[in-house]
Amino acid sequence: MSAPDAVLTQESGAVVLDPARSIVWRAAVARSSVELKSFFRNRQSLVFTLLLPIVLLVVLGSIFSGTVPGTHTDFKQMFIAGIIACGVMSVSFNGLAISVAIERDTGMIRRLASSPMPKSAYFIGKVVRVAVTGTLETLLLLAVAVPAFGLPLPSTAARWETLVWVLLLGAVACTLLAVAFSSIIPNARSASAIVTLPFLVLQFISGVFFPYSQLPAWMQTVAALFPLKWMTQGLRSVFLPGDFARVEPAGVWELDRVALVLAAWCLAGLVLSFLTFRWRGPNVR
Amino acid sequence: MSTVAEQANPVHVRSLRKRYGPVNAVEEVDLDVRSGEVFALLGPNGAGKTTTVEILVGVRRRTSGDVRVLGRDPAEDAPEWRARIGVVPQTTGAYTDLTVREVVEHFAAFYPAPLPVAEVIDMVGLGKQARKQTQALSGGQARRLDVAVGVVGDPDLIFLDEPTTGLDPVARREAWDLVRYFADRGKTTVLTTHYLDEVEALAQRAAVIVGGRVVESGPVAELGGRRATPAAVSFTRTDGLATSLPALPGDAVVEEAEGLVVVRTHHPTEAMAALLPWAAASGVRELPDLRIHRPSLEEIYLDLIRSNQEGGVV
Repeated sequence: MSAPDAVLTQESGAVVLDPARSIVWRAAVARSSVELKSFFRNRQSLVFTLLLPIVLLVVLGSIFSGTVPGTHTDFKQMFIAGIIACGVMSVSFNGLAISVAIERDTGMIRRLASSPMPKSAYFIGKVVRVAVTGTLETLLLLAVAVPAFGLPLPSTAARWETLVWVLLLGAVACTLLAVAFSSIIPNARSASAIVTLPFLVLQFISGVFFPYSQLPAWMQTVAALFPLKWMTQGLRSVFLPGDFARVEPAGVWELDRVALVLAAWCLAGLVLSFLTFRWRGPNVR
Repeated sequence: MSTVAEQANPVHVRSLRKRYGPVNAVEEVDLDVRSGEVFALLGPNGAGKTTTVEILVGVRRRTSGDVRVLGRDPAEDAPEWRARIGVVPQTTGAYTDLTVREVVEHFAAFYPAPLPVAEVIDMVGLGKQARKQTQALSGGQARRLDVAVGVVGDPDLIFLDEPTTGLDPVARREAWDLVRYFADRGKTTVLTTHYLDEVEALAQRAAVIVGGRVVESGPVAELGGRRATPAAVSFTRTDGLATSLPALPGDAVVEEAEGLVVVRTHHPTEAMAALLPWAAASGVRELPDLRIHRPSLEEIYLDLIRSNQEGGVV
């Protein structure tokens, strides 16, 4: 850290690393590796966050038939676009809120706070977890939906682009909201139950199982306040034919508004998690 | 007031207070832990030991008072300061879905100069469990993993909050060896415990906290005026003994009730040297119930707690 050290490192020809940065890097690698190990070794997180959307896809995809009223689009396709959004919300929002609640309740967060770990490393680990599991979830859903239910892959480069930014913004918003939401979970035992409630309600009112345009107006208004509705809308624009936009509330895909709302949620989530996340205190056991 | 030398101590606390709403969990705690010693914090449950330790390790804010730990205010939460302290909290942590080795490796990655992971695992006696998932550990083993997590950074100052609660006697002795290992390397240890044998075996100095106040502190051997309290030589009178006792040491105080004779003196050896020939001269070759009793740490401790909880004077 001192000047003579730096000179010595340069003379010996070794790679000169900013010590502060290498500490963060080492800690972030350690956190990320623990995050991924505990995700993939935990049966509960595998079944509830990773597999549940796939089970829903297979079961409901096999039940739904016919076309969405006012369009020539297969009902299944609309549903699949929605379930991919749900899958990403599941691994980011549900998965993270539960894991933060458990870590707070079992002494992990307290021990991390007592160590010299740079605080950023904790959140980098969470981001890596969401990035890996979110990508995996999307690929698994596509791997089932494309061959089994004839979902067409995005037809243009622009649609692929939309897929990436909708999922990215959605995952970031859900991740930040999960960190904030975990603060209202009192203990590890109730975590799954408490997280499932908003997830389930949002799924029903955000146009996943039922076409959004057929929902009661007040329900549409409520859903439009939350990210999931905008994530599903963005993904419909990726997978469904252009003329499906006619039955969207505005009659168009409103991609600029999708981006705006999701970005606003990212910002709100960031502020909320800053305000609510605690490294210490009576609830951190 | 504190001197410059006291301020250089690894732990230096003056007039520490912590209020939770209307309740004073800690009021008026002064502590000085010297470099290289094992210092014990004693006290009944709810006395404020854990709150004090949590303030010292920077996971709880104080209401007021002056606190220096390794020369810094714990509330600053500086990473380079954290790298020099080790913490084993009171509650046992759970590290679901990870093996013992993975947990220790994970925490080692946060420190600039950690101890070798395998060595730490062996030191806490988990060598055979290194590849086991932590949820398969017994309660005592999980506690030892906590100790490993607390010390893997090779800290200069270690806080152990009831590290041996729930451990079987063998595991307790292993934990003691660990404390001695760090003490031998010149590290400083602050220990809270309920076990007085642990204090006598490990600590050089101790403080007793009752109702958020330090009621007594000093070398373990002198705690509660232990050294100043006379020993008691006692026996039961038997037929044939002369009514009057022999000449006893000058400070001896004799009590006699229902045949039990108690001689309180700082010179119990001298008293015995007088009593034994005196008994033999009366033809008594065995004094019934003969014993020499010095106050144990436990008695001193219980006395301190009783007198302070009943609002008695110290």
